[in-house]
Amino acid sequence: MVTNVAVKPKRQYRGMTRWGRIFRNLGMLLPATILALLFITAIFAEWLAPFPYDETSLPERRMPPAWMEGGSMKHFLGTDNIGRDVLSRAIYGARVSISVSLLAIAITASIGTVLGIMSGYLGGRTDAFIMRITDIAMSFPALLVAILIAVSLGPGFFTVIFALSILGWSGYARIIRGEALRIRNSDFVAQAQVIGVSPWKIMIRHIFPNILNILIIGITLSIGTMILAEAAMSYLGIGIPPPMPSWGSMVADGRNDLDRAWWISTFPGILIGLVVLSGNFLGDWIRDKTDPRLRRL
Amino acid sequence: MSEIVLKVENLHTSFFSRQGEVKAVDGVSFFVREAETFGIVGESACGKSVTAMSIMRLLPEPSGQIVEGKIILEGTDLVPLSKKKMRAYRGRMISMILQDPMTSLNPVYTIGDQIGESVRLHQALPDNMVEPEIISSLRLLKIPTPETMLGNYPFQLSGGMRQRVVGAVAMSCRPRLLIADEPTTALDATIQAQYIALFQDIQKKTNVAIIFITHDFGVVAKICHRVGVMYAGKIVESAPTREIFKAPRHPYTSALINSVPRLEHKDERLYSIEGQPPSLLNLPPGCRFAPRCTVATGVCREEEPPEVDLGNDHTVSCWRVK
Amino acid sequence: MADVLLEARDLTKHYPVTRGILQRTIGWVRAVDGVSFTLERGKTLSLVGESGAGKTTTAKAILLLERLTSGSILFEGKDLYRFSRSELKAKYRPRVQYVQQNPWSSMNPRMRLRDIVAEPLTANTTMTKKEIRQRVIELLEHVGLNAENVDHYPHEFSGGQRQRIAVARALALNPSLVLLDEPVSALDVSIRAQIMNLLKDLQEKHNLSYLVIAHNLATVRYMSHDVAIMYLGQIVEYGAAERVFEKPLHPYTRALISASMLTLPEDEVGQAQQIILTGEMPSPLNPPSGCRFHTRCPEAKESCSRDIPQMVAAGEKHMVKCHHYHS
Repeated sequence: MVTNVAVKPKRQYRGMTRWGRIFRNLGMLLPATILALLFITAIFAEWLAPFPYDETSLPERRMPPAWMEGGSMKHFLGTDNIGRDVLSRAIYGARVSISVSLLAIAITASIGTVLGIMSGYLGGRTDAFIMRITDIAMSFPALLVAILIAVSLGPGFFTVIFALSILGWSGYARIIRGEALRIRNSDFVAQAQVIGVSPWKIMIRHIFPNILNILIIGITLSIGTMILAEAAMSYLGIGIPPPMPSWGSMVADGRNDLDRAWWISTFPGILIGLVVLSGNFLGDWIRDKTDPRLRRL
Repeated sequence: MSEIVLKVENLHTSFFSRQGEVKAVDGVSFFVREAETFGIVGESACGKSVTAMSIMRLLPEPSGQIVEGKIILEGTDLVPLSKKKMRAYRGRMISMILQDPMTSLNPVYTIGDQIGESVRLHQALPDNMVEPEIISSLRLLKIPTPETMLGNYPFQLSGGMRQRVVGAVAMSCRPRLLIADEPTTALDATIQAQYIALFQDIQKKTNVAIIFITHDFGVVAKICHRVGVMYAGKIVESAPTREIFKAPRHPYTSALINSVPRLEHKDERLYSIEGQPPSLLNLPPGCRFAPRCTVATGVCREEEPPEVDLGNDHTVSCWRVK
Repeated sequence: MADVLLEARDLTKHYPVTRGILQRTIGWVRAVDGVSFTLERGKTLSLVGESGAGKTTTAKAILLLERLTSGSILFEGKDLYRFSRSELKAKYRPRVQYVQQNPWSSMNPRMRLRDIVAEPLTANTTMTKKEIRQRVIELLEHVGLNAENVDHYPHEFSGGQRQRIAVARALALNPSLVLLDEPVSALDVSIRAQIMNLLKDLQEKHNLSYLVIAHNLATVRYMSHDVAIMYLGQIVEYGAAERVFEKPLHPYTRALISASMLTLPEDEVGQAQQIILTGEMPSPLNPPSGCRFHTRCPEAKESCSRDIPQMVAAGEKHMVKCHHYHS
């Protein structure tokens, strides 16, 4: 029998080769690596930083980075206006950014998830009540509220956390509620009701595990937002008080020296941007991967 | 005997995935004559929808590929055609109706626009002739008040009516071959009966050849002249409808027919086939039905049976049939 | 005296249709309009009808997933709406279970098999973990499943296997009544027979009552003792399955049977011609006057559009609602 192979079957189409797979997953590997590095830096700051963050050295102030004229390997990224090592402060700054963001995310995600699930599943007056509070929280100008809180409580680590958390849960509440509503109409929830499972158990056992997807995506995308928010507060002077460095306050410190010592503001600024982007890309990647409508072969 | 409109020869379609090659269609041959309805019956994953998609050249790329075979539509082999040439065929010479009427129509365009799209694409008509053409398609499907229907949107119509509109789109250019993939599965029994009668009427009027894919034997009995029974990517038996029901030769065909409850009398106990269809990634050697067959012998498990022609358009692939 | 487990009296469910900012009620969707039937212990009653007939709404009302507008449901003689919340949890819920149509969505995709089948037990009994595990294995074997796979997730099973899991779960609390909503329509043809045979076996073994919602008449005939044909929220014919199928009295029943028969066109010569109805089922928002079926009835008379027919007895265990039938 004459075989008529009209189309040369690409039995190993590009997506299946080893390089193809690596390329496809780059969208996840790169940002995940960056965030992982950030995490490690934050934990091992003491061992990684060549200098303490508050050690000044006036003779060495405003030293340029190592590869520029006048710089040296001792202070790889240069020094700031009172001679503190930029690299070391950036490393300690990572710790600030991570801890503040993670804590704030943990608090806002928890509050938002609980409220969202209750709102979506219980419906009725509970839903109306929770959603009205959420609307109110969403309509407050977040930055102003942050300033108010900082002013009344005084600057400090927990002030920042409080300021970031007090309104931040509303975003979570909204999206989790949407998912909870959708899941509430599922067949398996009706089944649980018929079996006689109590509403609380249904929310914990049936609704919660199925909103995890959305929750993880939300959390990943919040990393960038939180870091940016903390940096903004520190930049304005209402964040983590000196001498503890925050990337935001480092950018503020270098404000007046942008013309002659640009590296003081720029490197922390780049780091902020890098981390925010990584969080966003990772969140997008997770969302695409877990979208049930995309059939994967 | 009327002429043959479509002849499929030794079609092999596979999907290439990370786990390997899924041989969805593995050597399928059949033909359909003018004004004839050929039914393809089978359970899920037997390859019937993939066969339809292969004929339409609408396989998802790059994973789905026609690996071998010919699809000859009125003398032209569709497999080597370029995408551009194939588009000229789709809608004009071959058309397709899908299962779900709720999603087959675009919700933001009127019925007139959707049928018009097909008409304008494939027929070189002057502008003032387009609307009468659309209306004649609506009339063919016995859609009431076609002039008003032109301006309606899909959401205004019931499921049964939407399926008729889908039929009107499919028939708008009077194709030579119509492929219907489970078009009545989502319809109620009484609406289904209307729809089937309608298609028989259309076939009489336009001589269109129809490939009717379904899993419902009741529908097969009513509308199909000939039937092909598919299992795990192959056609195991093909015959005129009457013979499939009264004298099936393949064990799968008879088992399947016996497992369907009949309305004519109360069955005492239904016959049920043990086990499940094989995975298409990992096909057993020999006849694919052998693991579940009650009359399988040694050779059945070793070699795939050849197709035997019993005359009168009846073919079977089974070692027990000579 | 027949042992009646469940009795439905004049079940009615109307959904309001509202419009405008003030949410004025401009009409009512009469999804279920005066449905009555009885279900005996150990027997199967099927509610048959096409989409829009009201069978799913009736099922939901019985499962207390919807509240009736009027009418009563009597379980073992007692009105369900008189049960207190704790009585319902103790006496009704464990005795009335549910197997749904779609085996893919009726289980939490993130729960393992053993937890899915154990859930009724953990929610309603004080059995120990060990006892529950034992019972789960028992139940799985009872429905013909391999108990090795208890740790797997639903998506790792086929449709037929999942439906068996659903049945195992439904049996966990030794119910008296199982409500089955199109239990086999989402399954492959050859698997349907397996599940239907299983259900029949279980019914015999445990004296279970089944309330089956279905649209496939052949399946209904195979499984049911009694059948109720529904159209547009009402029962139009009701009785022992054998009688209704042998001698269908209502024109709609006859049309349904005609549409579901597996007859070859050549064989129709000599038998009754096919009955093909015109039009579609009207909207329950605005049911036709008089007999609701008159708009599509091939035998409609002038009086059919005026007068509402009553349900009359037509022999033993057979009732019909049609002007053409006089007892």
